[in-house]
Amino acid sequence: MEILEFRFTSQPARQGVDAKLCGVVGSGNLEILIQPGDDARACLVAVKTSARGFGQIWEAVIAEFANRHAVGGTRIAINDMGATPAVVTLRLGQALCEYIGGVP
Amino acid sequence: MKESSATRLPRRLRYFEATARNRVAAVMDAGTFREFLPPEQSQPSPHLAVLDIPGSFDDGVIVGAATLGDRPVLVIAQEGLFMGGAVGEIHGAKIVGLLQRAVREKPAAVIFMADSGGVRLHEANAGLIAISEIMRAVLDARAAGVPVIALVGGSCGAFGGMGIVVRLCSAVVMSEEGRLALSGPEVIETVAGVEEFDSKDRALVWRITGGKHRYLTGDCDELVDDDAAAFRRSAIELLNDWKEPSSSVAGLRAEQERLTSRCQRFDGLRDGLDVWRALGVTDPQQIPLMDRDSLVALKKELPA
Amino acid sequence: MNAPCSTGDWDTRRHGRLQRLERAAALGLARRVEPGRVGELLEAVIEPGDRVCLEGNNQKQADFLADTLAECSPERLHDLHMVQSVLALPSHVDLFERGIARTLDFSFSGPQAGRLARLVKDRRIEIGAIHTYLELFGRYFVDLTPKVCLIAAHAADAAGNLYTGPNTEDTPAIVEATAFKGGIVIAQVNALVASLPRVDIPADWVDFLVVAPRPHSIEPLFTRDPAQITDVQVLMAMMAIQGIYAEYGVTRLNHGIGFDTAAIELLLPTYATELGLKGKICTHWALNPHPTLIPAIESGYVESIHCFGSEVGMENYVAARSDIFFTGADGSMRSNRAFSQTAGLYACDMFIGSTLQIDLDGNSSTATLDRITGFGGAPNMGSDPHGRRHASPAWLKAGREAGGPNAVRGRKLVVQMVETFREHMTPVFVEELDAWKLRESMGLELPPIMIYGDDVTHIVTEEGIANLLRCRTPHEREQAIRGIAGFTPAGMARDRHMVEQLRNRGVIRRAEDMGIDPRQATRDLLAARSIKDLVRWSGGLYTPPARFRNW
Repeated sequence: MEILEFRFTSQPARQGVDAKLCGVVGSGNLEILIQPGDDARACLVAVKTSARGFGQIWEAVIAEFANRHAVGGTRIAINDMGATPAVVTLRLGQALCEYIGGVP
Repeated sequence: MKESSATRLPRRLRYFEATARNRVAAVMDAGTFREFLPPEQSQPSPHLAVLDIPGSFDDGVIVGAATLGDRPVLVIAQEGLFMGGAVGEIHGAKIVGLLQRAVREKPAAVIFMADSGGVRLHEANAGLIAISEIMRAVLDARAAGVPVIALVGGSCGAFGGMGIVVRLCSAVVMSEEGRLALSGPEVIETVAGVEEFDSKDRALVWRITGGKHRYLTGDCDELVDDDAAAFRRSAIELLNDWKEPSSSVAGLRAEQERLTSRCQRFDGLRDGLDVWRALGVTDPQQIPLMDRDSLVALKKELPA
Repeated sequence: MNAPCSTGDWDTRRHGRLQRLERAAALGLARRVEPGRVGELLEAVIEPGDRVCLEGNNQKQADFLADTLAECSPERLHDLHMVQSVLALPSHVDLFERGIARTLDFSFSGPQAGRLARLVKDRRIEIGAIHTYLELFGRYFVDLTPKVCLIAAHAADAAGNLYTGPNTEDTPAIVEATAFKGGIVIAQVNALVASLPRVDIPADWVDFLVVAPRPHSIEPLFTRDPAQITDVQVLMAMMAIQGIYAEYGVTRLNHGIGFDTAAIELLLPTYATELGLKGKICTHWALNPHPTLIPAIESGYVESIHCFGSEVGMENYVAARSDIFFTGADGSMRSNRAFSQTAGLYACDMFIGSTLQIDLDGNSSTATLDRITGFGGAPNMGSDPHGRRHASPAWLKAGREAGGPNAVRGRKLVVQMVETFREHMTPVFVEELDAWKLRESMGLELPPIMIYGDDVTHIVTEEGIANLLRCRTPHEREQAIRGIAGFTPAGMARDRHMVEQLRNRGVIRRAEDMGIDPRQATRDLLAARSIKDLVRWSGGLYTPPARFRNW
């Protein structure tokens, strides 16, 4: 297992009130918990992943996500069982939509 | 352009494929579910971290309170996609705690959405103990007059220790896709050989452990379509006139006798087809092909 | 080869054929041969060095004849030149290992790809060339004409007429080339009947037939269990439908087999219908009877399907939908791979399929090291036919995107659809295809490229759609591909500024640009989510093989 932590600056997200969970930790899949964070201009991300050695790709995937969408002021925790970047990106998008209650 | 009639399938939530969270949302009264120990207040299991496995916030089971048909219920829903729904320490403790709460609060029922292969081998004895505690807790809840209704229709079914737990419940609702048994087919094949049980013969697996077979043998009380709404309706109907029977030694002995004579009656039969024939079904080959309503009607016609 | 001589010896083939038939007759072998004597027959009518076509189709196999040939004596039969569509059976490879056959011209070898590679390494085989199906059929009439063909049919009557039924496949092309160039046609059939439902191959084209001990094998290669389709495949299918099918108004098409295209088929009754596309897309198909197309057919999308072959379990459904499929007066379907491939080439406006690797020119390959799989029909279906002359809106639109408003011709849409990473996080997008290494190690003339980048018009990944028609330079094309190559090394090396510009021009479109809500990209959007659902959609007419059922 690898534990990764990131902090990305991002435009402030439309504020969600509740924590939202998206996904299930099955093989090739992941769960994403998104909730309000302390820093309105940053997104804090903590990843626990069963796969080793993909830290750079995780960083690139989440950096791209924080760049394309306004996710400042959130805290994201991820438990991952070997999802590809395609699945990760899709779930991040789904989780954000759930959190803000609409399409970003 | 042609469009054939009567073949449009309505869009509905399939129970088999749905996540545990989606099942809870669809079976309970809309918007009434309140989760205990939600993900944002939980951490993955340290036992799994030691084994280098990330785990999940809810450790593969959701517990909480809701209403079902306007009646207050407590809810357990196992997530079959997480480690095969298997029971570890935290997972088991959540279930046991929920059942103990039922003893105190006396809701109209505990709804137990089981979807599990049994003990989580990664946690070895902790998993075994957890399952035995669940068994005790189910019986305690029932003894306190709270029915525990098991819904079985997920990809893992209810196997191993969870198979026993389900049969300890007040009533069992299954879909055709669900399975209920003790040892898993792969385990049987590994231990006893492919002639004993060809676990790759999926049709055989379902003839022996699947919902239709369990319904015909009386190991489940209701058979429903693979549809969250159907599970919901069935659970509500069961609760309409439910009276939790009080257990007695005489009652237990009678049940043991019934099971013993059932064992003797079907001794040596190796396939659901043979059992159904012995039950009086004239054309057992049709059973796997029949839709749910036809099968329910057929069972009513069988000799007692 | 015979040099012309003064006495004008111009019918050596006819003489040679008569000699072979006489050898068989001398052994007491008549038109109908007992299974136990087929080995003798083959050794009598085949000569060393002959070109032999063994019916190894994609689905149907003349397996009894293949097994019998593989057991013949290499002293009697050797150095045969095999020409066949597919190297499918173990016995197909045994022929080479036993020294009965020496040379091979073929199209596809999926099941035997590993053994074939080893044979090449061990120099036990000479590969003439790897073809696409239609190309190989064409050569049957030019320079690869079979001397003997071993075919499979469903039934024969007393006269020797053959019924090939739904799985007619390659048989007509093979038999015509052989029978009309002095060759010998030997057929295995499942049964001898008093009267055939219809005549697919006339008796006077057939020299020998045997009622085989077992029905000829047919593999269900085109069945995809909806239960295995993932959320990401649903997302990509949504993008393809909106970004390509709707955009160009694609009515006539072929789907390469795979879960990606199965997802599109299962989204037609739901997502495509929500977009108001029924009647506007996917009306006419060159396609095998995919079970996953059943919901779209039942929902009224489809007017016509012509099939390369049939699909096990679909026979009753197809027969009950004779308005849609090509069926005989007898009520059963007739497939024909040669004509379906022709239809896919000229009469379809789009091909869409998946692949294993794509390079930065858009070249697409399924070649991997240590396996020689060949191509099947993809190079043909995925090519832009310069011989086409009739216009359609989709063809014209694509042609004008590439060549400007005064473009001289249209373009066929050739779409490759892939996730950026495969299993084990293997990148699909690469700087150099494995096909080049395979060329080295196997001593091939050319790298086995399935679809040339020149012909590819769009690439769909989970990151979006790259429209190569709109790329004005090779550099733009490369960046457009990097721009949808996700987080693979090729994708991470993108020029971010240029990719943004391409996006602004609509050369790259992302899911958000198409207004797609990621929460909709779930399996719930599929019209059928299990094999059982497909059976229900078909009203019980579809009867899936046991391996796909839990009942």
